Amino acid sequence: MMNGKVFFTPEHELHKRRFSRNMGLGLVLAGFVALVFGLTVVKVTTGELQETYSQQSHGGSQP
Amino acid sequence: MTDLRASEITHAAPNEAGFGDYVALLKPRVMSLVVFTAMVGLLVAPVSVHPFVAATSILFIALGGGASGALNMWYDADIDRVMKRTASRPVPSGRVQPGEALGLGLALSGISVLMLGLAANWFAAAFLAFTIFFYAVVYTIWLKRSTPQNIVIGGASGAFPPMIGWACATGGISIESVMMFMLIFFWTPPHFWALALFMNSDYEKAGVPMLTVTHGRKVTRNNILGYTVVLAPIAIGAAFTSIGGPLTLAVALVLNAFFLIGAYRIRKRDETVAQADNYAAERKFFRFSLAYLFLHFTAFMVEAALKAAGYGGW
Repeated sequence: MMNGKVFFTPEHELHKRRFSRNMGLGLVLAGFVALVFGLTVVKVTTGELQETYSQQSHGGSQP
Repeated sequence: MTDLRASEITHAAPNEAGFGDYVALLKPRVMSLVVFTAMVGLLVAPVSVHPFVAATSILFIALGGGASGALNMWYDADIDRVMKRTASRPVPSGRVQPGEALGLGLALSGISVLMLGLAANWFAAAFLAFTIFFYAVVYTIWLKRSTPQNIVIGGASGAFPPMIGWACATGGISIESVMMFMLIFFWTPPHFWALALFMNSDYEKAGVPMLTVTHGRKVTRNNILGYTVVLAPIAIGAAFTSIGGPLTLAVALVLNAFFLIGAYRIRKRDETVAQADNYAAERKFFRFSLAYLFLHFTAFMVEAALKAAGYGGW
């Protein structure tokens, strides 16, 4: 602060690129989490996971 | 901390990558073709798939395609640097380090295969793994620099996505998915060789044994017609399988008639005339080849929709 005024350093080009990388990666990771969550919900509600579990625990035959 | 120290700026790469550069490594335009053909393969299959599972499967097939694109850019950085069309890609331009491209390609390969196995089935996942291997190793590392038949055999990797989409729904392979594969497989040579006819100087500079460089333009023109002649009965034949119908047949007949006429014109063209009009016919044929594939696969999809509504099909 100088004479009661606040001075900001102008944003460097590198800042923008790094920000875009961080933001992009953050969004990709959030999307991936949402995708895995959604897939789990679908698999559970359609009973696919249960079928797989039954097949494994009963040697491939349905109860 | 929002500031950068002077030393940090000095030592940072002059062309440090942004997020878009990593996206560019995945070849988004190629990915769009993969998404479209895989989606058609999945939608026309006789087994219904939950929409979320279908969308997720297509996404991971596309990601697998993107991974192989990154591996291709890692290995081909030296020739990309020489060619005008590819010199500004992230690796040759220095914005992304080769090791980063390799790491991203390998990581995305693993993620896409694993996630496709969990979302759809392990047969489809194994098929995707094979496709990535085929594009990265068989085409990029082996064939591309060693034979003028590079794009013929390597084109198989671009033809697999509809088969993977079909496998996501059915868990296997059938004549319909093989016909979709053959359609793209035999479409690839005329499509790329038309491009090579007006981009020849670049391939020559990079030392890529494109047919135009090794055997000349006359032979390339003959080959374009030859592959188009083989392609036509395959495209028309696909209309007689369970994914076809009267609409698909009509579309196939019209598209292949135009494609054959275009290939014949290219075959008859004199090189001096072609140079004089800046390869207008070759450029037109190349553009039409894009529409050709898009319309064929759209026809399969529309036919399936009509069939579901009680029309379409045989």
